[in-house]
Amino acid sequence: MNHVTSETFDENAKAALADSQLRGALRNATSLFGKRRLAAAQGLTNWEDLRTQARAIKDDVLLHLDQYLENFVSQAEARGAKFHWARDGAEANAIICRLAAERNARSIVKSKSMTTEETHLNVALEAAGIQVIETDLGEYIIQLAEETPSHIIVPAIHKTKRQIAELFTQELGIPPTDDVAKLTSTARATLRDRFAAADIGISGVNFGVAETGTIVILENEGNIRLTTSLPRFHIAVMGIEKVVPRFADLDIFLKLLPRSGTGQRLTTYQSFITGTKQNAFDDGPEELHVVMLDNGRSRMLAHPVTRQSLACIRCGACLNACPVYQQIGGHAYGSVYPGPIGAVITPQLMGLEKTQQLPYASSLCGACREVCPVKIDIPRLLLHLRGEITEKSSPEVQQAKGRTMERFAFKMWRLMMLRPWAYNLSARVGRLFQGLVVKDGKIGRVKSFVGPLAAWTSGRDLRPLDQKSFRDKWASDQGKS
Amino acid sequence: MRVSLFVTCLVDQLWSSVGTSSVEVLRRVGCEVEFDDRQTCCAQPAFNTGYRSEARDVARRFIEIFEETKADAIVSPSGSCTAMVRHYPELFADEPDWLKRAQAIAERTHELSSFLIRVLKREDVGASWNGRLTWHDACHGLRDLNLKSEPRTLLKNVHGAEYVELDNADSCCGFGGTFSVKYPEISLAILDQKIEAIERAGVNAVVAGDASCLMQIGGRLSRHGSKVKVMHIAELLASQEMSGNVR
Repeated sequence: MNHVTSETFDENAKAALADSQLRGALRNATSLFGKRRLAAAQGLTNWEDLRTQARAIKDDVLLHLDQYLENFVSQAEARGAKFHWARDGAEANAIICRLAAERNARSIVKSKSMTTEETHLNVALEAAGIQVIETDLGEYIIQLAEETPSHIIVPAIHKTKRQIAELFTQELGIPPTDDVAKLTSTARATLRDRFAAADIGISGVNFGVAETGTIVILENEGNIRLTTSLPRFHIAVMGIEKVVPRFADLDIFLKLLPRSGTGQRLTTYQSFITGTKQNAFDDGPEELHVVMLDNGRSRMLAHPVTRQSLACIRCGACLNACPVYQQIGGHAYGSVYPGPIGAVITPQLMGLEKTQQLPYASSLCGACREVCPVKIDIPRLLLHLRGEITEKSSPEVQQAKGRTMERFAFKMWRLMMLRPWAYNLSARVGRLFQGLVVKDGKIGRVKSFVGPLAAWTSGRDLRPLDQKSFRDKWASDQGKS
Repeated sequence: MRVSLFVTCLVDQLWSSVGTSSVEVLRRVGCEVEFDDRQTCCAQPAFNTGYRSEARDVARRFIEIFEETKADAIVSPSGSCTAMVRHYPELFADEPDWLKRAQAIAERTHELSSFLIRVLKREDVGASWNGRLTWHDACHGLRDLNLKSEPRTLLKNVHGAEYVELDNADSCCGFGGTFSVKYPEISLAILDQKIEAIERAGVNAVVAGDASCLMQIGGRLSRHGSKVKVMHIAELLASQEMSGNVR
């Protein structure tokens, strides 16, 4: 199903709205995560201070990214890590495929990583003849279903328990059951064998500590611990913005991330990986390779307004809080990163041509900004992107369907709003002609006529213009009703 | 105190009783109200749709008009339009002169309920209304102006009215300006959650501080043939149904 693109966002959204199972699953999950987040945040008295501090750290990192990256790399290299730099997803995938080929890898276990979703790594590995297994339960479900994640931290949020049970029966051959414990243990048993047989483990990175060269990864299932410790080789894929200056900064981020994401005070596992094993008898992989991914990030960094989108720690709180996401889910966005932050990041990563609907896929209610642990002003960024679309984008985007008409309408609107006589005249003309559609004091469904009127009245009555405007009332009796 | 009313274009043309009600309430609490009929729109529709240069022109005109007033405050019966005025400085980041003027206007502009509570310190404006009512937090008032307790305090002090809290009062009604007609299906899906909560609350009226949300919510209630009324907070505060008979 979900091989849809951002270009058809409107159609994708309509299809999602018609899917009652999807909407039921979304309603349950987003409200549950929303409540848990709120309770967890309220459990700390200094939540607002933590947000402010986290953002200040991120702002500092983004201003001095070059320096922090150099520190991070030199510290990690000193402890045996090897670094690779990828300009884009294709380069990152090529590096990983080459590393795998050089080590004759046949089987790879992978832990959840949105960055590798961004590069479509699994497709590249499979094309190179390497078997890759997702070991996060949600990601495993998605892989079995041949879908893509619909949420940053809850990849299978769109699926009901029943749908997962059917999938397991079909793909893993177990007898039908809706016992969650049985389903989970089935996945666990299957995955354990894969861990044991894997040549390489691939993970993402939540934070890279410049001071110590440490990679930090948070999780709840233990699969990341296994992925990064059992196979002989560990490859970590990290967006270049994920570095934090000091180990002590984790105190703040480890309070914010789990609480914002799942409403947990702390995730079940936190892995701190600093280089490779130093003695032959130690546990852990022989090699650690870190692939540093740019893929549009340096472009975002260069812009003073959009730079703040790189502060994102991928907690997913804005998705759960977004009224649009709550209704349509992640797949409708047709992009790796869905929801409010996705609508901000995706157009910047991919360009506006194919993503121009996304910045408009928001009522600008601001719930995302309210929950963001690093205080990203998402509505402001959406407005900025809308401005880029109408004023600075390619002719193709500027002349997209409906936009020429819209631009003309706003030019007329400007003329009208700058001249009270024109404003008054338009209102009079409106009063004169609305008689055609007003019935019983309201405007019901209007199928023909101009687009916005039909769109509004498809499900809502419209309040007509008052017979006497406020200014007319004021003129006649100084505002007495 | 002298107040210059920024009535908003929506109220002016579609919901004039909100304007007259605002005047009535402000006068009742002792304000002298003036209205400059050169005013039109705050520029929000263009700003929110990405037409910044059109928005800038209309905002400049707004600033020119309202900086002439000698009134102590500019007051508006809209959280959203007040928030837009507070956003003006963003439009003039590269024009220091206009930036200063925009900041000055932004500081003087207040939403009605916050003006009553924060500036005038009036919690009871002598309103009375018979029935059960609830409050919907319009997003921009709530999140841009931090209005939460102010309207609730005013509503709880309306004589004869029973106030009930709405489930998820702070969730969006799905209006979002041009969003409501660009993506009507999503807008309606969001709206229906709000409608469900309103019907569950079993109220006679749902009150909000923005005519735009009330058009959205009221339009759906009306389409469903619901008995629940939508009222602007100014209308409610102006109401004196039980005058001479207050508790």
